[in-house]
Amino acid sequence: MIKKVLKRILTLVVILVILSFFVFALMYIAPGDPAEKRLTSQGVAVTKKVLDAERERLGLMKPFLVRYGEWLFSIIRGDFGISFKDDMPVAPKLLQGLGRTAVLALTSLAVSLITSFLFAVASVLKKDGIADRIIKVFSFVSNSLPNFLISVLLMYFLCIKLKLFPVIAKGDLKGLLLPVLSLSIPMIGRFIRQMRAEFLSEMSKDYVAGMRGRGVKTGYIMFNVIRNSLGHIFTIIALQTGTLMGGSVVIETIFRWPGIGKLVMDSITARDYPVIMGFVVIMGTIYLIINQIADVLSHRLDPRPES
Amino acid sequence: MKKKKLKAKIIILSVLALLLLLMTCFAGLVAKNDPNATSAAAIRTAPCADYPFGTDNLGRCVFSRVLYGGRTTITATFFLVAVSFAAGTLIGMICGYHGGIIDGILMRIADIMLAFPQMVVAIAVAGILGGGMKGAMIALGITMWVSFARLARSHTFSLKKEAFIKAALIAGKGDIYIIIVHILPNLLAPVLTNALTQIGTTMIGLSGLSFLGLGVVPPTAEWGSMISEGRAYIQIAPWAVLYPALATLITIIIFNCLGDAVMDYREA
Repeated sequence: MIKKVLKRILTLVVILVILSFFVFALMYIAPGDPAEKRLTSQGVAVTKKVLDAERERLGLMKPFLVRYGEWLFSIIRGDFGISFKDDMPVAPKLLQGLGRTAVLALTSLAVSLITSFLFAVASVLKKDGIADRIIKVFSFVSNSLPNFLISVLLMYFLCIKLKLFPVIAKGDLKGLLLPVLSLSIPMIGRFIRQMRAEFLSEMSKDYVAGMRGRGVKTGYIMFNVIRNSLGHIFTIIALQTGTLMGGSVVIETIFRWPGIGKLVMDSITARDYPVIMGFVVIMGTIYLIINQIADVLSHRLDPRPES
Repeated sequence: MKKKKLKAKIIILSVLALLLLLMTCFAGLVAKNDPNATSAAAIRTAPCADYPFGTDNLGRCVFSRVLYGGRTTITATFFLVAVSFAAGTLIGMICGYHGGIIDGILMRIADIMLAFPQMVVAIAVAGILGGGMKGAMIALGITMWVSFARLARSHTFSLKKEAFIKAALIAGKGDIYIIIVHILPNLLAPVLTNALTQIGTTMIGLSGLSFLGLGVVPPTAEWGSMISEGRAYIQIAPWAVLYPALATLITIIIFNCLGDAVMDYREA
């Protein structure tokens, strides 16, 4: 048991180190000089002397591996460096953004899970019925909708045509609704498809036929089917969190929700590398941990050895 | 019976997809206005005879821009899928055929690629590379080849055990000959199906990056960036957003439907 846990943690650490190296290398080869960008944005006349001093101050003159090592050890300590844009430490900015993003992402996840679970069960109970067909079409269309498209369409129809909502989110409950809807709709489509397929494959198993033959009530059969599919559903959810993270960048930018996604987009425009790197490392870590947890949970729920 | 129905569906969808491709390929013949020509006299004109889809903030014809924008999006998507398909299949076949240390290393790399949240990495990569369609394509391509490689690898593995491969080996054929003549044609169908299902996702990814300003460079027309630009004045000129949005939606749905239908057909 302990050996297994250690192995998982070790894999996680190795992947994270690779991720961090990848991000750092990318920033290293990136076009544009952050020192120059900084100076021009401050209105300083760029001469070679000023530029070198600025590079020295930002630590851009040291060799690649030294810089990587220093950066890696400082992020392990929770120090994500100083923003190139305003000299403020990056970590508090990222944390603050992350909190707001978590509110948005978790609400969307909850909304999508509840809705798609109900839809998937309804669709499976009467396979090929009218409800099933409607749900299938809905899940197909919503799965094909990029979330920037949904948010623009929602904005147009709900905010401008029907004037139900303010165009710019304020951070209150009403402001949360449109971003949550935009994030949820494509996710609901994917969840329904996957859950439906999962339930159907479980229902084609012999034990379900046996229960039916013995006259067991449909509700009880469904209870068993759902319980047995839970492991796979956890995996599905965990994999979706990656899409959710990418989607929240888009949605936060559109609705000006001050989360980590909007922060990273602003930082990309300003070439504020420490923030971008911190963003990838934090999101990557969260994603990896969630997927590891889902993996453990699905093994717990289905203790049969993997084939 | 089911197979026949699916076949009809595939044919209809293929015709639609082809029509779409032709429309964007021959955009110059269909659209009479220059997509990049600005006109101060015709700013934000509502749809009319001269401008079937109206004009945008700079007086550019939205109809022409939707057609030319489709060319940008669709070409980039097909190119990216084709490159990932070629690279992934090649890597997968080599891994599956040779096994051993090459297989171990390449498949670990593939595992690591799948361990990252794809869109997060794509946004960061495209952002750091500094925009441009090339950057966006690299950003998405980094992880795209993996699904092709895995699929090709598993098929090569099972093909290797077949008698006709053993016969070819005994006949003294070289490894490259066997891979090209015996393995590639036999795994082409499933891998091509995968390519088809990837088109929709790739299009969503590319136009999403363009929407964020990390894809195509203005003034080149592209659906994602058109929607992003038009968003600012959607209250005055909704057509500048709604038409490219509709085009995106229809295209993605057609290709997703086609992918699903082909997959169902192969399973039926």
